Amino acid sequence: MSPVNSKKTPFTFDSVEPESGLRVALGMSRADIIGEVSACSLRGRGGAGFPTGTKWNLAAAAKVKAGGQKYVVCNADEGEPGTFKDRVILADHANMVFEGMTIAARAIGATVGILYLRSEYVYLRPQLEQVLETRRQNHLLGGDIGGIAGFTFDIHIHMGAGAYVCGEETALIESLEGHRGEPRNRPPFPVDTGFNGQPTVVNNVETFAWVVCILSRTAQWFKSIGTAKSTGYKLFSVSGDCREPGVYEFPLGITVSDLLEKVGGQGAKAVQIGGASGHCLPASEFGRRISFEDVSTGGSIIVFGHDRDMLAVARNFMEFFVEESCGQCTPCRAGNTKLLQGVEMLQRGECSMTYLQELLGLCETMQLASKCGLGQSSPNAFVSIVKHFKDEIMGRTLVH
Amino acid sequence: MLIGQQQRLQDDIHGLVERFGRQRSSLIPVLQEIQKTETTISDFAMQVVADELGIHPAEVYGVTSFYAFLRQESRGRFVFRLCQTISCDLSGKARVARQLENDLGIAFGETSADGRFSLEWASCLGMCDQGPALLVNDRVYTRVTPEQVHAIIDECKSTFGAHARQVAHS
Repeated sequence: MSPVNSKKTPFTFDSVEPESGLRVALGMSRADIIGEVSACSLRGRGGAGFPTGTKWNLAAAAKVKAGGQKYVVCNADEGEPGTFKDRVILADHANMVFEGMTIAARAIGATVGILYLRSEYVYLRPQLEQVLETRRQNHLLGGDIGGIAGFTFDIHIHMGAGAYVCGEETALIESLEGHRGEPRNRPPFPVDTGFNGQPTVVNNVETFAWVVCILSRTAQWFKSIGTAKSTGYKLFSVSGDCREPGVYEFPLGITVSDLLEKVGGQGAKAVQIGGASGHCLPASEFGRRISFEDVSTGGSIIVFGHDRDMLAVARNFMEFFVEESCGQCTPCRAGNTKLLQGVEMLQRGECSMTYLQELLGLCETMQLASKCGLGQSSPNAFVSIVKHFKDEIMGRTLVH
Repeated sequence: MLIGQQQRLQDDIHGLVERFGRQRSSLIPVLQEIQKTETTISDFAMQVVADELGIHPAEVYGVTSFYAFLRQESRGRFVFRLCQTISCDLSGKARVARQLENDLGIAFGETSADGRFSLEWASCLGMCDQGPALLVNDRVYTRVTPEQVHAIIDECKSTFGAHARQVAHS
């Protein structure tokens, strides 16, 4: 259990019968499993939103290099500010996550699974090891899983060591291999050249759990929820200035204002969607829909009340990125430091409009030229706060 | 470092490499285990790990210095990590930070003279709905108030040293 109950709505995960997804999967061919996951248009729940079926299909088609094997990796390096849904899933629904990983292994032909758990969640490890052990005893991991001869798959836990960038899948693989968590060039993609150079599927914790629900309840059921391009339910981690912070399950496509009403965040000044790397929406845009086609998120929703200083918010985000940039590429390493200095100048009331325009130009360079998603998305919050709250941030006379 | 201590550390590292496997991917798990028992990853330890895994010591240093939870500097028995990220910031981490400095008698980034406590900032601990959040070794405290800080420190003291009621978990 998580230390305090963060769950604010029932989850679909509560009502899906344990092992029902795996049972269905074991009765299907590999192509049919992937077909079902593709048919429901499930997109990755970690934030990037890559179609899960496409990813599995590529990994299933990829050839194993001599002497190796395929891998299924669960990305539990949940580090995006304002995101904590994976902690709740791992605390309450670990069995379902491991069941989803086993289905992925069956679909792509993998034999080894790895849960990459962020070191900040080390206290979850003993109970997770216990869940794995019980699954082994019940022949849900190990050899001849579910009585199917030759279906061998086991999962072990690998602890992270405190690096936000390792949530990026190629950085995560570098870390698994014992290197600094510096993202790789892509292509080649992990589905072809991943852990130890072998085909590897890396999915978010929540994605694996949804796969179980989809196989148990059919792709048709999942597709009937959400919007055309953003199917299904999504877990949202809600924090900040609202009455009931916690984890909520809503269908994708919900408007920001509907969400605020449900969490007790009415009257908010702004909402940050997608964490530090996401976008800051002012009240005038609360009619927008949380979905891949409008404003997307890996689950992080941070509510800012009417008296919050948006420049202080921007500063907190930039301090985060200066700390967490891996330093490998120049736009991200130097750009985030420059943006933080810019925010500090704004706080002192010493930033000219000309210089602010130059900073926005720098943001564009970072978005275009950074090597990975961290640098490409780190200016988002700054850009949206400057855009929507210009009258609040210019010409300051008070030092904060 | 005394020769006896060096020998013991060498033996320990040899045992860890045997346990995790003599391959590059064992590097971070081995370093994490060393840090648990030694509270630091010394130059000597990094050299031994490099020899055991057959890689250059600069590679070991590169990895050790990259990750926030691995450190070459000596740390206290209890490492206090206060979340500095946005949601904990909104819920009042600044006052908790001040009180931690007051009650521990050290600033952020420092270790107490008796080697018991270190105080650090952490990036998002994933407790955003229950901030301010504080991680002490493996234990997480949520909705921490300035007045609770003293009791948390006392709890650590009672699990380590002459007045220990149980073995410290690190």
